[in-house]
Amino acid sequence: MAVRVQAEDFDTARVLDALAAGDTRAGALCLFVGRVRDVGGGGALVLEHYPGMTETHLSRLEDEARRRFDLRDCVLVHRHGRLAPTDNIVLVAVAAAHRRAAFDAATFLIDRLKTEAPFWKREEDPDGNGRWVAARNSDRIAADRWRDDDRDR
Amino acid sequence: MKLLYFAWIRERVGLAEETLDPPPDVVNVTTLLDWLKSLDGGHALALSDPAMVRVAVNQEYAGPDTRVGGGDEVALFPPVTGG
Repeated sequence: MAVRVQAEDFDTARVLDALAAGDTRAGALCLFVGRVRDVGGGGALVLEHYPGMTETHLSRLEDEARRRFDLRDCVLVHRHGRLAPTDNIVLVAVAAAHRRAAFDAATFLIDRLKTEAPFWKREEDPDGNGRWVAARNSDRIAADRWRDDDRDR
Repeated sequence: MKLLYFAWIRERVGLAEETLDPPPDVVNVTTLLDWLKSLDGGHALALSDPAMVRVAVNQEYAGPDTRVGGGDEVALFPPVTGG
């Protein structure tokens, strides 16, 4: 199991080096990193989570991805706490025999994570005034696409 | 029953968590939310729009008919926005 929820930063190069290391059948690695965007003013992004439920749900997503996509390896890391523009937020790294499974699994994981894992983002301006980020319908539609795929099977 | 609140629901309630003893007619998520709204203005404001309230019972997503009881951990939070 490779799911981590942490305040500290992660080293993307190191995660990628360790992904399916020595696995001679893993021909395709796919990496997604989500970072804090500057939405104007150069304020902070504060990420709240539900300790316990968050880790459980990320582990389940990993299990589901491994079942659906024939993965050779999978790593999910998500940060919480106060972050600044360009800081890393989330990392999804998967290894598979071929590229299609690797791309699909990475997309599946980030799409479902965004609508299921209990995290909440709050944007703060430099004066500390904040607003909670609203859930986006486009994220819901992206996640639901994977349920449509379920029905097709 | 242990209640946990997150994000703006936590801010509106004014607490991150509390332990409450609901009356016997609170049997599921729907009746729990109705009772919580009757407690005070903070709870009422936090839970005023049911479409914006997600519920987890013992860390599993729950629906309106999910049963709740004394020993449960019930979390209330807005739609998630991680990633």
